[in-house]
This record gives sequence, C-alpha cells and structure tokens, in this order.
Amino acid sequence: MSGPLLVLANLAGLLGVIGVVVLLVRLGSYMLRLALGRNGHRRLANLTARALMYTAAAVALLPLSLVLLFTVTKGLPAITHIEFFVNVERPVGIPGAGIAHAFVGTIVMVGIASLLAIPVGVVSGVQLVEYGTGRLGDTVRLACDVLVGIPSIVIGLFVYALIVERFKFSGYSASVALAVLMLPVVVRTTEAAVALVPGTLREAGLALGLPRWRVSLQLILPAAIPGVVTGALLAVARAAGETAPLLFTAFGNRFLSFDPSKAMSALPLIVYRDALTPYPDLVETAWGAALVLVLLTLLVNVASRLALRRQIRLAGQI
Amino acid sequence: MGMADAAAPARPVRIPDRFRTVTTAVSLAAPLALGAAVLVVATTALPAIRHFGPGFLVARDWNPVTQSFGALPFVYGTVVTSFLALAMALPVGIGVAVFLAEQGLVRTRTAIGVGVELLAAIPSVVYGIWGLYVLAPWLLVHVSRPLSERLSSVPFFEGPARQTNILIASVVLAVMILPTLSSISRDVIRAVPGGLREASVAAGATWWETIWKVVLPAGRSGIFGATVLAMGRALGETMAVTMTIGNRPEILPTLLAPAYTLASVIANEFTEATGQLYSSALIELGLVLMLVTLTVNVLALLLVRSVSREARA
Repeated sequence: MSGPLLVLANLAGLLGVIGVVVLLVRLGSYMLRLALGRNGHRRLANLTARALMYTAAAVALLPLSLVLLFTVTKGLPAITHIEFFVNVERPVGIPGAGIAHAFVGTIVMVGIASLLAIPVGVVSGVQLVEYGTGRLGDTVRLACDVLVGIPSIVIGLFVYALIVERFKFSGYSASVALAVLMLPVVVRTTEAAVALVPGTLREAGLALGLPRWRVSLQLILPAAIPGVVTGALLAVARAAGETAPLLFTAFGNRFLSFDPSKAMSALPLIVYRDALTPYPDLVETAWGAALVLVLLTLLVNVASRLALRRQIRLAGQI
Repeated sequence: MGMADAAAPARPVRIPDRFRTVTTAVSLAAPLALGAAVLVVATTALPAIRHFGPGFLVARDWNPVTQSFGALPFVYGTVVTSFLALAMALPVGIGVAVFLAEQGLVRTRTAIGVGVELLAAIPSVVYGIWGLYVLAPWLLVHVSRPLSERLSSVPFFEGPARQTNILIASVVLAVMILPTLSSISRDVIRAVPGGLREASVAAGATWWETIWKVVLPAGRSGIFGATVLAMGRALGETMAVTMTIGNRPEILPTLLAPAYTLASVIANEFTEATGQLYSSALIELGLVLMLVTLTVNVLALLLVRSVSREARA
C-alpha cells in the first residue's frame, strides 16, 4: 500500500476502535443504570468525578517530588566536598572544581538588585495604598502586573541595549535587569500587606495630629512589616533563580570576582552552561549548583511563609 | 478692607503635601521601566524591521551565514509548545483548584496547596536540567519511541523520535504553569457566592453536578483569565524550554522532532550574533515575544479583574 492509502487505512482503523469503545461505554453505563436504580448513574458520575479531582491533586504533587528527589540525589555527591564551596571552575578532568565564584556573583548581583528594587518598591506600595485611588494609581498597578508577565529574557535584551551595548558585560547591568524583575513583585506585595493594616490605626495616628508621612512610615508600615518582608523575600528568591537575563548582562566569569563593574558568574549560569556540556564532571557540578539553588529558594520561600503567618496573627491582634 | 476679608468664608488651605509628591514620583518607577523596555527594544529592532519588513513574521528561513532571517519557525515552536502545555495542565490545574477550594481536610489541602505553590518557586533552569537528564530519557523510552513506532502514520507522531523534542518541552512547561492555573482558579472558585452552591444542592444536585453546572460556569471568565495568564507564562518561558526542545529552526509536522522557540533562540544565539543585522533580527524576535505576552497579559488581567469586581459587588 502507498503512503496516503496507509494513512487512510490507519485512520479508518482508529475510528473503528473509537467507535467500539464508545459503544461499550454506552452499553456499560446503560447496564449500570439498570443495576444501580433511579439515580445510580448520577451517584456514579459523582463518585468518578470526586476520584478524578483527588487524583489530580496527587498528580500535581508528583513533579515537585520528582524534581526534588533527583536534584538531591544527583546534586549531593557534588556538594558534599568542601572544595565545592571554596574553589572555582577547573579545566575538565581536574578534580576539585567549585562554585565559589558563582556563589559570590549571585550574592553580589542579587544584593545590588535588592538595594535598587526594595526601597523603591516599598515606597511605591505605600503610595498605592495612601494615594493610589485615582487613575495614576491604576496605571501603576497595571504597569506592575504587566511587567511581571514580560518574559525575563526580554528584560535581558532591554538592559543589554540600554547599558551593556554602551559599556560592557557587568554585574551592575545584571543587577539592573534583576531589579526590574523584582520591582513589580515588591510593589504589589507591599501594597497588599499595607492594605491589611486596620484603618483604625491610621485614624488614631491622624487624630493625634501626626503628619501623613509619619503615620504611613512610622505607624502603618511597621505594622505591615512581616508582609513586606515576605514580598521582598519572594522577589529575592525569584531574582536568585533567574538565568535568562544574566546571559547578556553578567555574561559569566570563570574566575572569582567581587567587582560588579566586570563580568560575573552566577549559580543559574553554572547550571545552564555546565549541564549542556558532554563532560560528566561538569554535569555533576551543574547538579550541585542546581541543588544549592533549590535549597536557597525553598529556604527563602519557607521563611517568607513564616513571616506572612506572623502578619496574619498581627492583623488579628490589632 | 480687613473686615471684608475676615467676613469672607475661609477658603480651604491646601497644605503642600511633600510626602505625596515624593512617593508619587517614586511610584512612577514601574510604569517608566515598562515604557522604557518597550521603547528601547523597539528602537533596537528597527534595523531589522526596516530591512525585512512585515515579511519577517512569515519567512521560514533562519540562516545567519546568508543573512536571511525569518520568525516563522520560532513562532510555530512557541505557539505549539504553549498550547500543548496548556492542554496538559488545564484539566489537572482545574482539578487541583476544585480540590483545594473544598471545605474540610484542612491539613491535607494546605499541604497540597503549598506543594503546588512551591512548584512555582523552583527556578526555571532547575526544571531544565531535570527535564534534560531525567524526564527526557524516560519519555523517549516509554512514550516517544512507542508512539513513533506504532502511530508513525498518524499526523504529529511521524518520523523517528528524538530525545529533545516538542513533546518533552511541553511536558516541562505544563508542570511550570500548573501553579499559576491552580492557585488563580482556586481563588476564583472560592469567590463564587455560597448561595449559588446552596441553591444547587437544595435543588437536589449532587456535588459534581453543582461543581460542573453551577460553580465552574459561574467562575468561567476568571478561570479563562487564569488560563490566559498561564499561556503568557508558557510563551515567554526560556531556560527550561531551551534545554529540552532541541533547538532546530525547522517546522516539522511532528511532536517528536526538535524545534525552536522565540525565547530559546534569543538565549542561544544572542551573545554569539555577529553583525548588526543578525543581533537586530534577534531583538525583533524579542519585540514580537514582548508584544504578544503584553497583549495576552492585559487580556488576562481584565478578565481576572472583572471577576473580582463581580465578587465584590
């Protein structure tokens, strides 16, 4: 048989199989209806649906456990050597390679990005609660929500065209890109946390004759601090795991460098570049760096959840 | 004269609120960053836009040596992987959302909710290395090869199965967008007024009939918004896809062969792009990606917002 005929024959066969299955299911449901009584099929549908929902919940946890399991088992051999945290990259085949340079790079770049994004974000969040009822406030909110959705690689291109093209690859440019990614997260979580603070606190402050700025910065903001910290931590975790915008800003560096005006390495860059090499020891380094990254982000996430729980308890007390 | 002044009704004195001025100026940072990003990327893409015109979007060729660049293979790869990921994640995501929005079993539900949200915390590049070294070999042996051997004449499964292909990239993407889908859908389902449920149950509907015929239709636009938001996430996802899709700028009518996406080609080739036209073409791809995700996100936001406004009303 020639090609098109074979396709036709196959499709016909497939249709036949589907038809038989449909028929069998119909027949089965009819017999069940007879066997189960008047509302039997409804009860059956209910049971099946409930089972399916519970299965969905179980299925959703499967990838998380698989990712964690394999990252831990494949990354542990690498990170159990102390050299892993002390040394820098070594040529292929020479043992004792480490990720110290990437660790330093991530901390320096995320640190600078936090210094840029967190103060601006917190002030913007406070502004949205205090004065953000008009059209300008809506614009800021919309801009934040849209900015969160812009792919990080495009932000990388933006910072490349804005800064790197005029100067060179540097840790500073990477920090700017990360700050742009962190800013909307900090703004919206700060806004949500500050809005949770009961209005009576503000009224009490204003009634005492405190100026507006003291009420918002010294009264309202401290009451919302756990929520603000949560937002900042989530933003830091997001920034630490970002890879795409670093490709054309920090670029990567094989040596230990504390100087953000030059190219720097970062943990996610190590995972990406080493994982794609054909050398087993580099792949092992990549798994080790991935494990460190996962531990860092999970730690920050758990910490932020605890902070949020405090916020909720605090809001209950006031 | 002084008397007349005193008699006039006191005009409210506007105290200059310097706190307001300063904070408002600071809060403009986010809109400014967004505007600058759109502007800078668009102007840097100008040389390519001028050189290729609108034909860039439908040209199939991508050859840096001959300086001929077209976006179609990347648009194809991006769209196909995103839709496939959505098709896989949507049923599971809504199932999880329905499960999480139910009453009772608080501990179990909280644990599963936290677990799903932690999926969103894992960095993209970790999904990439996991997809490349764990999921891809498994899928090749247990899914891709059997599919290509048994259903080779069915469209989508033609040709030999490769380890890195559209299918694996879509599966990884599906995992990554699951938290977006389920946590927003859960909030939407919770926002459905309780009276609707109660009325439905009082009318004799089963639990499932209430969910399927009352709750989900009531939250339709919000769930659609969550879907669109997840779509935006999938369209722009870079590292995990770059590491699993195989990176070949071809349009093959099968899910088992390598392909390429807009974000991956930028990640792979931008630092090595020689010549202004090449890098400008890559930035134009970035511009396309940005405009698409921007549109998708605004659409999703409007949908989700309309729901929360209804819920408040």
